[in-house]
Amino acid sequence: MVSENDIWSMLEEVNDPEVPVLSVVDLGIVRDIRIEGDDIEIVITPTYTGCPAMDAIRTGIRMKLLEHGYPGVRLTTVLSPVWTTDWMSEKGKEKLSQYGIAPPLPVQQVCHPGLFRMEEAIPCPRCHSYHTERISEFGSTACKALYRCTDCGEPFDYFKCH
Amino acid sequence: MAFSASIEYTLFLADSALILGHRNSEWTGYGPILEQDIALSNIALDLIGQARWLFQHAAKLVNESGAAPRTTEDGLAYGRDSWDFRNCLLVEQVNGDWGRTIMRQFLFSAWQYYYYDQLRQSRDRELAAIAEKSGKEVTYHLRWSSEWVIRLGDGTAESHDRMTSALEGLWPFTGELFETVSYEQTMITAGIAVDPSTIRQRWTEKVGEVLGEAQLSAPQGGAGAGGNGRPQGGGEKDGAGGAGQVWMQTGGKTGKHTEHLGYLLAEMQFLQRAYPNCEW
Repeated sequence: MVSENDIWSMLEEVNDPEVPVLSVVDLGIVRDIRIEGDDIEIVITPTYTGCPAMDAIRTGIRMKLLEHGYPGVRLTTVLSPVWTTDWMSEKGKEKLSQYGIAPPLPVQQVCHPGLFRMEEAIPCPRCHSYHTERISEFGSTACKALYRCTDCGEPFDYFKCH
Repeated sequence: MAFSASIEYTLFLADSALILGHRNSEWTGYGPILEQDIALSNIALDLIGQARWLFQHAAKLVNESGAAPRTTEDGLAYGRDSWDFRNCLLVEQVNGDWGRTIMRQFLFSAWQYYYYDQLRQSRDRELAAIAEKSGKEVTYHLRWSSEWVIRLGDGTAESHDRMTSALEGLWPFTGELFETVSYEQTMITAGIAVDPSTIRQRWTEKVGEVLGEAQLSAPQGGAGAGGNGRPQGGGEKDGAGGAGQVWMQTGGKTGKHTEHLGYLLAEMQFLQRAYPNCEW
């Protein structure tokens, strides 16, 4: 009989296709695991409404459970409570940084309609300088903004607060 | 196809998001610079993402009602003709130049920002959840488009003229955002829909504030059919003359569209019309 912990460790092996260093557990999008007899239900939530990775993530979860001998898992997607970058694990933030993506700052500060505001300085994930500037708040995926380090000159992605 | 008020209302929200998302996607690969091409494509993605959730909800309502053959989010997006679409007229207007696209986004995002904020209180829990989730993304859209309106309005003589023309061209479509049609009224009474009159003042203030900073002034004729006629924004630069009120165009929410929607649908729906239910 499979336990909830077994399922969690299987999910640790399912990665986000767009940020492959993060598992779905690191990302904080797994909301609940319900087991009743042979019936396994996994509840997930999207990071962004239009995130195209969600379909791939759903397939990834199914494949992983199938690999471990559990076909027919039920996947439910919920919107509420809403995912925020606070759901991302500390381990996940660490992995992002090592991968070259600046992790979201611990304090939510961008979801504000005020104009021409800059967030608190985002440290460069390569040289750790705080002398960085935003090139665009819309980056290569819905969840990232594009930055540049003015010290080492490298452009980098910032996983923006949400 | 006679749908219940709850389905019509959900389609109004879904269609408005889908059509603007599609319009924005027409810029993908053509943006003035790479970063802004990506920004607008991201906004398109957000809007189409919202639309998907709303269409899934609408499809569920259709299927539960049994009033029409079973359908899906794709069936609703690709299988209806223009008179079945309930989007507001503003979103179907053609892209024009970059300034016009920005102005359309700004006028709509300002509305959507306050509208979704209210919709979070909806008795329809799914709509409330979609509004809460999407509201955070709309905040980015509003900020980005506001900054561009200011940058271009208060930019060069050329960019200022283009923004003035964009505003004059699009303003007549803002009245509809605050008009209440019959299915909407039913849903307002049921505690599901937002009464748009409750957000009109905040929209007017926000739009006036940004236009003012952009050195632009809204044409005479307040937002909303039979509007209060107050000029907005502009400060000292109130519209010259001021005698002629802008006639507000309405009809999109009840399926009476401008000529542009048919062309948009012909392109967007082509594949599903030619090869029904095809997948790749």
